[in-house]
Amino acid sequence: MSETTATLYEQLGGEAAVNAAVDIFYRKVLSDHRINRFFDHTDMDKQAAKQKAFLTMAFGGPNNYSGADMRQAHAHLVKKLGLDDSHFDAVVENLAMTLQELNVPQALIQQVAAIAETTRNDVLGR
Amino acid sequence: MQTRKISVGQRELGCRPGESVLDALLREQVEIAYGCRQGACQSCIARSLDGAPPAAAQAGLKDVLRHQNHFLACLCYPERDMAIGIGSPEQRFCQATVTGKQLLNAETLLLTLHTDQSLDYCAGQFVNLKRGDGLQRSYSIANNRVHARNLTFHIRRLAGGRFSAWAHDELKLGDLLEVSDPQGLCYYLPSGQPGNLLLIGTGSGLAPLAGIVSEALHHDHAGQIHLYHGSREMDGLYWVEEMRGLAAQHANFHYTPCVSRGDAPDGVASGRANDVAMKQLPDLKGWRVYLCGHPDMVQQSKRQAFLNGAKFDDIYADAFHVASATLD
Repeated sequence: MSETTATLYEQLGGEAAVNAAVDIFYRKVLSDHRINRFFDHTDMDKQAAKQKAFLTMAFGGPNNYSGADMRQAHAHLVKKLGLDDSHFDAVVENLAMTLQELNVPQALIQQVAAIAETTRNDVLGR
Repeated sequence: MQTRKISVGQRELGCRPGESVLDALLREQVEIAYGCRQGACQSCIARSLDGAPPAAAQAGLKDVLRHQNHFLACLCYPERDMAIGIGSPEQRFCQATVTGKQLLNAETLLLTLHTDQSLDYCAGQFVNLKRGDGLQRSYSIANNRVHARNLTFHIRRLAGGRFSAWAHDELKLGDLLEVSDPQGLCYYLPSGQPGNLLLIGTGSGLAPLAGIVSEALHHDHAGQIHLYHGSREMDGLYWVEEMRGLAAQHANFHYTPCVSRGDAPDGVASGRANDVAMKQLPDLKGWRVYLCGHPDMVQQSKRQAFLNGAKFDDIYADAFHVASATLD
């Protein structure tokens, strides 16, 4: 007996879902006073592409995730601006709120959060 | 289904039935950046050099990129032979004669050039101007598309600026200059949606915005058009009466000059142009936003416009580092 199950990415709605989420997610992050200072000197266009790549990865979609890149990209934030677990938690919280707003079922939100969680040590340089 | 010929630079290769252009390029070991292979990351962007690419290969691209025949190689299944470019194209120049020089204010020169061939540009784009010894600088075209061979530029004298000082002091009527192909993605597409437009410029960053306003009015743009032009003090502004005149003629065009220091006279707002604009227009949902001026102003405004509701893809700005020497 064979059973085909849709991947998480497909269940969430694929690229269209990423596009819908990236806008809401980035707006939340930039408006969140706990973390928006980390984005003060970023180029919006490049950042939008990175947010999209990150969400695609967190949604279980096709990606080129590299822990080394993630470390390198955040190293100066950890060193100079004190990026720590509390900030990482805030981002994950914004991600979950974004998905709730898009009426994604709680079980899927938990799966996305679990994938995002796998990047924590790379982001925080541990 | 048949194999299609792809020309890229000096090379020609075959794109097999069912194969994407990206796969064909990679199979033939042509160097191209790529990532997701599914149209999400937009790393493998390329440009069709001989007409429109398949529409499906342009999914998700910004309108101005579609307009310039950019496409994603991973989504492109050619329906014909194609000539494509990857990376930045070689720059081509044409000759131009100086036909006008006039000061707009103490530090800004209105330079008019007549080119020996008509340029296909859109209001808001920039060109590189090159003098005889090869020194070149980027300047925005300040007029609309109607004048295909007469181009105007606002050249601000920068402290220690070799090109701007030369243009102000030495360049004469009748002198020759070289003008590059038009470049940049900060421009108005008349075929675009009728929505509202917000334009914010500082210093000589007014140039491309004035071109866009003129183009939009020429096409009877249906939405509202709001222009904010800022400088530190009154003497840094120019075209104030011209813009007021335009606003008096067109009910949907609104002009706000802004000064960030000292007293603002009647009819002039006090504060930085971007701060004034964002405060007066807190809801930018559905708006298109055009920005030109100091890089920090552009960056702050991009973010604020986004937080005020504008979509990423509807915010247009070229990284332009000479338009204004100060934040104001």
